[in-house]
Amino acid sequence: MGEKLLMKGAEAIGEAAIRAGCRHFFGYPITPQNEAPAYMARRLPEVNGTFLQAESEVAAINMLYGCAAAGKRVITTSSSPGISLMQEGLSYIAGSELPVVVMNVVRGGPGLGDIAPAQGDYFQAVKGGGHGDYHLIVLAPSTVQESIDLMQLAFDLADKYRNPVMMLSDGLLGQMMEAVEFPGFVDIEKLPKKPWAADSMQGKRSRNLVNSFDLLPEGLEVMNKKMWAKYADVEKNEVKFEEVETADAEYIFVAYGTVARIIKTVIKDLRSKGHKVGLIRPITLYPFPKKQLLALAENPRVKFFLDIELSFGQMIEDVKLSTEFKKPVHFYGRQGGMLPEPNEISEVMLKLMKEAK
Amino acid sequence: MEQLNHMPTPLMDIPRSYCPGCTHGIIHRLVAEVIEEMDLLQKAIIVLPVGCSTLAVDYFAFDSVQSAHGRAPAVATGVKRALPDRFVMTYQGDGDLASIGAAEMVHAATRGELITTIFVNNGIYGMTGGQMAPTSLMGWKTETSPYGRTAQANGYPIRVSEMLAQLNGPAYIARTDVVSVPGINKTKAAIKKAFTAQIKGLGYSIVEILSTCPTNWGMTPVDALKRVKEETMKYYPLGEFKVAEGL
Ligand SMILES: Cc1ncc(C[n+]2csc(CCOP(=O)(O)OP(=O)(O)O)c2C)c(N)n1
Ligand code: SF4
Repeated sequence: MGEKLLMKGAEAIGEAAIRAGCRHFFGYPITPQNEAPAYMARRLPEVNGTFLQAESEVAAINMLYGCAAAGKRVITTSSSPGISLMQEGLSYIAGSELPVVVMNVVRGGPGLGDIAPAQGDYFQAVKGGGHGDYHLIVLAPSTVQESIDLMQLAFDLADKYRNPVMMLSDGLLGQMMEAVEFPGFVDIEKLPKKPWAADSMQGKRSRNLVNSFDLLPEGLEVMNKKMWAKYADVEKNEVKFEEVETADAEYIFVAYGTVARIIKTVIKDLRSKGHKVGLIRPITLYPFPKKQLLALAENPRVKFFLDIELSFGQMIEDVKLSTEFKKPVHFYGRQGGMLPEPNEISEVMLKLMKEAK
Repeated sequence: MEQLNHMPTPLMDIPRSYCPGCTHGIIHRLVAEVIEEMDLLQKAIIVLPVGCSTLAVDYFAFDSVQSAHGRAPAVATGVKRALPDRFVMTYQGDGDLASIGAAEMVHAATRGELITTIFVNNGIYGMTGGQMAPTSLMGWKTETSPYGRTAQANGYPIRVSEMLAQLNGPAYIARTDVVSVPGINKTKAAIKKAFTAQIKGLGYSIVEILSTCPTNWGMTPVDALKRVKEETMKYYPLGEFKVAEGL
């Protein structure tokens, strides 16, 4: 504890994963997250870990599948096009109930897009980009420090629920240098055992099977129901969010990740001019802070929400559903990897406030 | 009456759902016998493909991981890198290995990944009902080459063993058959060598086994065996294509 280091976001992710007890990394190069595999390639051998550059993201995610099936904590980092290639694998990982952590340093899209920060992968991450009825648990840090702080939680949640966890970051967080503080090292020996792992029988038990397949619909329905009982627990126990100045707020921003950081500056500016604005920032995108948003929507003081995203509006669907259309939900976004300036957002908010009066 | 031939311990003693005359059953048995004879059962992990042999999730009596179509070598790489002292193998069909999973197969081989692949080459997609595989022979009529495979439309069948033999990573590569008793015996010997290559840490190993799919070939089991001898073996010569020093 207490080591302050100046580090790039993508590298900090790697160190945080190692401290969370992860010793295996499989991945394929893609900008803007190349610092993460490079860091792991240097660092993992120092802690008796394994780094392997896979032949593709398709192979990488399936290496994660095998490594997790064998009972080890494992991570990959990638960016949007690479994450698209991983979707089949993520579906298998969810279906076979395996714990893995995947970091998406989101860039502009669709297609090859660009390498600037964006939030166009929300639907893919939160609604399940692969086939079938499953969820990823999705964590959205808004600072480099928070990426570090959430890493241990990511691995713990993956193990606890035997479900893939995605960290939804963006190009800005990946490239940003920040003074950060790391937690100590998790004692790998003390992590909860994985009696389900296919790590060979070792003369101790009958065989284990890691599998997402059941040819009989009645069998598969049982498997599906078991997964969804798990998701009910996730939704009950694991919601995380941050509220900024909402106690007396009449106008509420909703934003996650990098954007939320910009909004905090906006709030200071608007508050200094006497406007009662606040922010609700989902930290877990799945499970989504539905109840908290509904409570705000039901509060007579709150006039409207303003959702800000680096896309044409994806999270806004969840905001509208959560608030049950009890208050207007407005939208402002930038696209293509462009970031909004604080005064640009202030102006949008001031205009909407005027119209609401 | 005394039972002379017992089910090898690495196989579950339950009925198989493969079609009558399918050679998957023979190959399962050979794998199980070698695992038993080499005393690998307690440290073995098998990665299963998507194809008819996905059914093997119910058949092998040791740790099994079912993987996505074609990705078994990547999954097995993950398992082996996590647990380097275990015995790790994949079992794959020709659609799985030579078509959708070509990249994973080649790269696991060239990395010299310490895993063994049992490659069941029946020249067709069995599970999905008889479509053309990259290994289907010229002229073969399948669901998706109803007028027969042509070079112009479909190119040429892949000789996987010869192709992999160009790489430095593999320690053992052999092509065998299971359509005759000598063929079955040679296949078992090849499987043993391939497993030994892994145990000795020499590199990647693969046994390509020429097999049948009577159902989708539209043949009786006996005619299917004949076809392998008369057609398949002519295009896919049997033999060892790579034997590392020390094997
Ligand atoms: C991504 C994906 N594409 C296609 C399929 C459909 N599919 C299932 S098995 C199979 C072919 C299997 O053929 P082969 O590997 O030769 O094995 P066999 O059934 O002949 O033993 C295909 C195309 C699938 N399950 N997943
Ligand atoms: S379809 Fe072909 S490969 Fe599949 S079980 Fe039947 S005979 Fe065997």
